[in-house]
Order: sequence, then structure tokens, then C-alpha cells
Amino acid sequence: MTKHTLSVLVENKPGVLARVSGLFSRRSFNIDSLAVGETENPDVSRITIVVNAESSPLEQVTKQLNKLVNVLKIVELDPVQSVQRELLLVKVRADRLQRGQVLETVELFRAKVIDVAPDTLTIEATGNPDKLDALLRDLEPYGIKEMVQSGLVAIGRGSRSITTGPALRAA
Amino acid sequence: MTRPPTPETLAHRPNPATVAAAQSAPVVAAPVATSGAGSLVRSLEALGVEVAFGIPGGAILPAYDPLYDSRVRHILVRHEQGAGHAATGYAQATGRVGVCIATSGPGATNLVTPIADAYMDSVPIVAITGQVPRPAIGTDAFQEADIQGITLPITKHNFLVQSADEIPRVIAEAFHLAATGRPGPVLVDLPKDVLQAQTTFAWPPTLDLPGYRPTMHPHGKQIREAARLIGQARRPVLYVGGGVIKAGATDGLRKLAELTGMPVVTTLMALGAFPDSHRQHLGMPGMHGTVPAVYALQKADLLVTLGARFDDRVTGKLDSFAPDAKVVHADIDPAEIGKNRHADVPIVGDARHVIDELIAAISGTAGGSRSYQAWWNTLNELRERYPLGYDEPTDGTLAPQYVIERIGKLVGPDAIYVAGVGQHQMWASQFITFEKPGTWLNSGGAGTMGYAVPAAMGAKVGKPGASVWAIDGDGCFQMTNQELATCALEGIPIKVAVINNGNLGMVRQWQTLFYQGRYSNTDLGTHKHRIPDFVKLAEALGCVGLRCESMDDVDKTIKAAMEINDAPVVIDFTVGKDAMVWPMVAAGTSNDEIMFARDVRPTFDEDDL
Repeated sequence: MTKHTLSVLVENKPGVLARVSGLFSRRSFNIDSLAVGETENPDVSRITIVVNAESSPLEQVTKQLNKLVNVLKIVELDPVQSVQRELLLVKVRADRLQRGQVLETVELFRAKVIDVAPDTLTIEATGNPDKLDALLRDLEPYGIKEMVQSGLVAIGRGSRSITTGPALRAA
Repeated sequence: MTRPPTPETLAHRPNPATVAAAQSAPVVAAPVATSGAGSLVRSLEALGVEVAFGIPGGAILPAYDPLYDSRVRHILVRHEQGAGHAATGYAQATGRVGVCIATSGPGATNLVTPIADAYMDSVPIVAITGQVPRPAIGTDAFQEADIQGITLPITKHNFLVQSADEIPRVIAEAFHLAATGRPGPVLVDLPKDVLQAQTTFAWPPTLDLPGYRPTMHPHGKQIREAARLIGQARRPVLYVGGGVIKAGATDGLRKLAELTGMPVVTTLMALGAFPDSHRQHLGMPGMHGTVPAVYALQKADLLVTLGARFDDRVTGKLDSFAPDAKVVHADIDPAEIGKNRHADVPIVGDARHVIDELIAAISGTAGGSRSYQAWWNTLNELRERYPLGYDEPTDGTLAPQYVIERIGKLVGPDAIYVAGVGQHQMWASQFITFEKPGTWLNSGGAGTMGYAVPAAMGAKVGKPGASVWAIDGDGCFQMTNQELATCALEGIPIKVAVINNGNLGMVRQWQTLFYQGRYSNTDLGTHKHRIPDFVKLAEALGCVGLRCESMDDVDKTIKAAMEINDAPVVIDFTVGKDAMVWPMVAAGTSNDEIMFARDVRPTFDEDDL
């Protein structure tokens, strides 16, 4: 299975996210992550979906998404030609003895401490999924008490914008 | 974001399947103060809607007040499911958008089955539902149901209207979406307070559908590639689906078939797209298709697929379907192409444009017409060896196939035949000769038992001059026959031939074949106990009831029914329970395993090719 990052521009209307997510479960497509937010145009929202699919089901995913009346445009973002980021918030056990080592890891990954308690540190980190995985691996031995992660968001490199570039429209 | 409706978006094709608005002269209405309900009814009038099927109730009540004075004819049905299927029958018979109306909650959920049915068969209907007032939404209010959420997967699109000012635009968009591109059902949910609010009605509204751009015209390169493959093929087949009828492309189809000399198969949804009597027609493919049609697909080296979708009932076990064939697949819906079967030449476009351009491309090439002589020799031999037929029952009962065959012969190819789902549906598809598009209505994709009576009602309303015959089973008939009361009261004289074998016949057939004859819950008692007595039931519903139990009476009874035009007629054809539908490809098996009759496998001489 290969991962694909799809940027889906949709009309900013109630219920559109339900239409998109419902389509995925209905057609038994697997979503790894999904993130949605407004764009520079308040009438348009952007959904970033990471799908785990072989190329032929991916074509079906795209075609079925394109059939949704509120979907305006779909672009697949190449991992090399785009910047891909997730946000991670993680609460790590860090008593007086461990705190120094945890802070060193935070420093190393260019993460930030955003909350401090006597026996824990809460850390914020952004990055691509690989970097965040590596950070979590390093923090794990100290004891992760809680973590929350955002879906992936991605944007193409270079000066061209998604609204002017070519859409993914198979067949 | 907002685009004015261009001629292209308002009228994609100049056939009846376009939005009603495009048919009549453009309506222009200066702004006028009215309620949301008034705006709804005026919008329907502006779109040229002539009839709506529905039932009022609390939440939709405001809409029924302006409807009382409207030129839109409202037909009061007895169950919302009847309204939905009637809208579907109307749409399939006329090519225009069918309209059904229901109130919130159970009224709306009763529309779910016909909406799902219309979605599977790509029928343009608009369902208008009342909703509880906006402040009550989400509170589990009386008669509240999230019908927008419920119908999300079974509509082409749906709307929950938030402001009375939006009504004309939303209604116009609903009709536009239902009728254009790949047609389908659209639902508009209208909260009661929105219907009651004061607003201004003006027409025409501006459509705001920036994400909706159906591709009508095929890509020239793909058309040329298809033409080239047709020119090279030795064993091609035109595999024709319901899309060809919806696009109004049947004249072109005939030209294309005759120009190339290719054999034609028409799916269950496409019966009538190509005359059954045409010598190039091999019949219907699929689970209960003809041996020559199934064989032709299996042995073809090229499938020219037009408006069909490689449904599992056609392909049988997919990985053994047409193993040697290259596939040209033309459909208006890109998502159908490559969904089940890889397309070597994908063509996105309206079937009418695709066919016209294929004809032009083929006519332009030197070796346009080919005789495919060896291919035809094989197929003709199969036609002779394995014609459609049936055995006369040995127990003295009436053969259901004979009844249906005689109805087809006596009533003729101009009538509209509407089937339920099951054995009688398959026999009707096999033993009635279809010559014209729009004369065969059935629930193909969803397989909705109970479809026939209300759909026939809708068809008769849309085509009052046509003779409309429902061919129904005794199981199906008991699901929706309440609409005969509607037919009797509203002057909709349909005929209903109940092929009464006393059982859920198709299920029983499977129990005979695959469950060692253990007839679990398939005997309906309609024979044993004559409950219900369909003749008495018909009379109670204001219809004429006839009964026929012997072969000698079949013609007489059909003719008697044909004489009656001032009331609906129900005929109880009491037929044997053991008749089976043949040929048959058992579910999940390969088309190569087709059985011509029980324990009879056709033999195919491979050297013929």
C-alpha cells in the first residue's frame, strides 16, 4: 500500500466534510489522516487527506470525490514537491532527574515546551510524520502520559498556487 | 463563485431528459412578495412541473396551501413510497424530472427506498420534504429525522434549505442536478419556519454550482482510438446499457450498429434501446440473459460499452468475464470507467455525442463496415440451438411465461411495461418483445419489490395516451398495491397483471437450486388460502378484478382487460409455482458456467472461432 496526499478544495458549506468522509467509509477507502480548514478564499475550504491505496482504487477515490457537487478541485501533492506538516502535542513524564534529558530531546527536534508541571512537561512539535515519529520514539522511554496529533496539512513548493495549477482528473 | 446559468448548463441536451425549464419558453417573473411555501410552488411552476406525487403532513403543511391553487397537479398517494416510485415511473416514461413530496420524519424516511432505487438506476427525480422548524432541528422533535444525512449516500445531491430567499435557486439547482450529466435523485429538505417565512420570489435564479461540470463531449483522440479498435476487431460486441436510453441516443445506436455490423446486447436497463426484432440483436446479457448474448460477451475480442456499468449481474464472476476482450467504455460518469473492469479506451461523454462521433469517425475510415462473418456464423448457430423458451408445465398449471408472452403479443410494442422484481420481471424481460425506448420500466439496480404498481401509475400520468401494463408478482403486489386506490380515484387506468404463483418465486427458485428444496418462508399462501383474494382486493380498491387460471382463458382475459379504460384493472393470473427462470448464471460463478436449463449446459464448439 502506498500513501497519497490529496488536497481537496471544497465549497465552504455545512455538511461538506460529512459528504467527503462518508464517501470514504461507504466505498471502503482507507483514510490515514484528514485535516480541514479555511483558505485564502472564505468561500473555499481545503481538506487534506492522506489515503492508503494502490493506484487503481486511488483513481476511484478521486473520481468519486469529483462527483460530489461541493468538491471544486482535487490535487495530489507529491511528497518531494510539497511541504507536509503535522502538529503534535505530547505530555511526557519528566521529574527532576529526567527533565534535563527530555529538554535536550526537545531542543534536538526543534520542539517547544508549552506547559510545565512538577512531574510532566507538555511539548509541542510540528514536522512531517517521520520527524514526529522519531521524536515520539525518543520520548517514549520517559513515559508518554497523553498525546494528541493533528491531521497532515500540505502545500506545494514553488510560486504556483493550487487554484491555478492543473487538477487531478483521471480518464 | 457564482455563475449565471449558461445555455450549456441549463440544457445539456435538447432531448426530454433536460430540465423542465429548458423545455418551455424561458419563464421570467418579476420579484413578488410571498412566503417560502409560495416561492416553492412558484418555482415548481416556473420549471414547468406538471405533476407532483405526495402526502401532506405537519412540517410540509405550509407548502400544501399554495399548492391548492397551483397549476401543478398534486396526486395524493397512499404511502410515500408510492409517491417516490410514481415520480420514478413518470421520469422513466417521459424523460422529465419526476417530483415527490413528503412531510418530515416518517414521511421523509418512507421516501428512502424509492430514492435509493432511483439512485441505482440513475433516474431524475426531485424529492421535496418538510423538516421541523430550524430552532427544533437536532432536538429529537416530533417527526424529526435527519433526512439529509440519511439520504447522503443515495442522492446525487441534497439540500437543507436555511433561508426562504434561497428557495428558487435551490429548487432550480435540484432540477438541474437531477436531469443533467448522469441523472439521479436530488432531495430538498425545507424546514417549516423557512416555508412560513416571508420572502421575495423572482425567476430565473442564478445557479451556484461551481463544482458541477459534467463532461458532455467525448475526447476526439479516444473516439478515433475506439474507431480504430472497431475496425480491427474480429469478434466485437456492442454492450449497451440504460445510459443510451437516458441520452436519447437510440436512433444513433441503430445507425452505429448497422454501419459496423456488430452484434448488440442490451442490458436489463436498456431493453428497448435497440429493437428486439433486429437481426443484430442477441438479447440481454447477464444472470438470466440469452445464451448467445452471454457467450458473445465471453468470447468477444472487443466490447464497445455504451452507458453500461459492468454490473455484477452482467459480468458474473468478474475475473473470468470477457477474458479476451479489449474494452472501449463510454459513460457520462467518469467514476464508472475502470470501476469494475479496466477500460483500454475510456471515453467520458454523453452517449448521444459519443455515438454520433463514433459514427463520424468510423464512416471516415476506409474499412468502416465489416461483416464479421465467422463471428456471426457462430452466434447465429447459438441462436438456433439455444433460443429463449420454456417447458409447458406437466402438472396442468398455467405457465407464467405463456401469460407474459401473450400480454406482450396482444398489447404490442407501443405499450409501456412496468415490472416488479423477481421471476416475473425476468420473464417479462425475456418474453415481451421490446421495440422502442421508454417502453420497459423496472427496478434494475436496487431490485425493489413493490416498484411496479406505483411506477406504472407515474408512467400512466406522464403518458396518458399509452397503454401501461404492470407485470407484477404476488409478493411484490402485496407491498404497494394501496396505490390502486390512488389510481382509481385520480383516473389513472393502469393494468396490473399479477403473475400469482403463490410464492416468493425467485427466492423459491434459489431454494430449489441451492438449498435442497427447503422452502423456508417463501409460501405466501395466496394459492393455498387465497389470502388475499386479489379479485376482491381489486374491487375493494375501486378497480376491476379479473381472474385467469387456464391457458384457454389467457387471451380472452387480456382482451377483456384491454377493453376497460375507465378504471384500473387487476388480473390474477394463477400460475404454477414450479416454473423457473432460464438460462441462469448462478450468483458468484463465471458466465462460462451458464445453464440453458436445469442440468443443461450449452456446449460451445471452440473451433467455430
